[in-house]
Amino acid sequence: MILAISSPWIICEYCDSVYRRPELEPHQKSYCRRCGAVLRRYNAMGVEQVLALSVTAAILLLFTNFFPVMRIGLRGLHNAATLWDSVLDLAQGPIAIIALVAAVAIIVAPLLQIVLLLWVFSFANAARRAPGFEFCMRLLESVRPWSMLEVCLLGALVAVVKLAGYLNVLPGLGLAALAALSVLLIKIAGRDIRWLWELL
Amino acid sequence: MSDPPYARAMNLRLCHGCGLACDLARVAERCPRCGARLHRRKPESIARTWAFTLAGLVFYIPANALPVMSTNILGGHVESTIIGGVVEFAESGAWDIATIIFIASIGVPATKFIALILLLITVQRRGAWRRKQRTRLYRFVEVIGYWSMLDVLVVALVTALVKFQKLGDIEPRAGILFFGLVVVMTMLAAMSFDPRLIWDGEGEHER
Repeated sequence: MILAISSPWIICEYCDSVYRRPELEPHQKSYCRRCGAVLRRYNAMGVEQVLALSVTAAILLLFTNFFPVMRIGLRGLHNAATLWDSVLDLAQGPIAIIALVAAVAIIVAPLLQIVLLLWVFSFANAARRAPGFEFCMRLLESVRPWSMLEVCLLGALVAVVKLAGYLNVLPGLGLAALAALSVLLIKIAGRDIRWLWELL
Repeated sequence: MSDPPYARAMNLRLCHGCGLACDLARVAERCPRCGARLHRRKPESIARTWAFTLAGLVFYIPANALPVMSTNILGGHVESTIIGGVVEFAESGAWDIATIIFIASIGVPATKFIALILLLITVQRRGAWRRKQRTRLYRFVEVIGYWSMLDVLVVALVTALVKFQKLGDIEPRAGILFFGLVVVMTMLAAMSFDPRLIWDGEGEHER
């Protein structure tokens, strides 16, 4: 059993100012006096809640990947596309490398986030550190900026409007799942996961 | 209230892996909690940020000059660029969508380039000019970062959907590749920049 390491000090990552760790009430945030950055937020979620939401996110991820985001129709012909289709389609053209960027942004990064969350939090739920805990936690932080489901959601809405001029466009089940998942991921895979370091 | 002390004055160092305030009297190399290597400032911050920013600027030219997708629908053929897409929406009266695409595809990258170059130059001159506002500008660059990926994802979705052989199809074009690279480069540039450099030297030569 590893004893949790903590410090009486917190440091602002934007200007290097040092403060004594504040005790926060629900909904409170502490700000840096020197540069105005958010130092700490009150954390309202426990291990069980995050684990439950991660399971939900995993189910939604299956829906966003395997159900069409949109369907279109043109003179009796129909077509539908999932997120997979859009990445695979980019990969077939002469500029396949862009498919890699898109694949990371909308499939690989969210998938990795959810797998890591499930792994870390199912062990945390048993009050244990998962094997590779340090690595997983650091990876979660580095993956976060590359996960762009919320951008994809806006992109899907733009695509609907773009195509609606020539074709019949119907939003699919995947779009609803995408909307729910992008909100959920912001909530559970944000920076505030750092409290787990102090718990285990 | 007096200003808070700096970490360097207290012999503390922030771990970028987990946010722990590490006491340098006890550890020097690595964070005792997460094992990440400790750095006083992000390594080679200014050089790396310049490199990624300039690379982004180079890709920015073909990203705007080349078409991003080619549309063949019902006999009509259009090769559209990023700006062309915005104009098309604006002319058809969809001002809301035109504004969203304009902000994400033209406004965000341009703002990021200007902000990054401004931050780099002022940090290199070690000026005391508006430190708080510059730090806020950096946070803004961090937040808006990935929204310019919007156009890449729109093209991906649209090309996957519109596949009707003779009746019509939409294909991606090279411009979108360069545009995606611009976004990746500016994101890497923002990540390499260390905003604490803005505050280094405060209280030493001035006042």
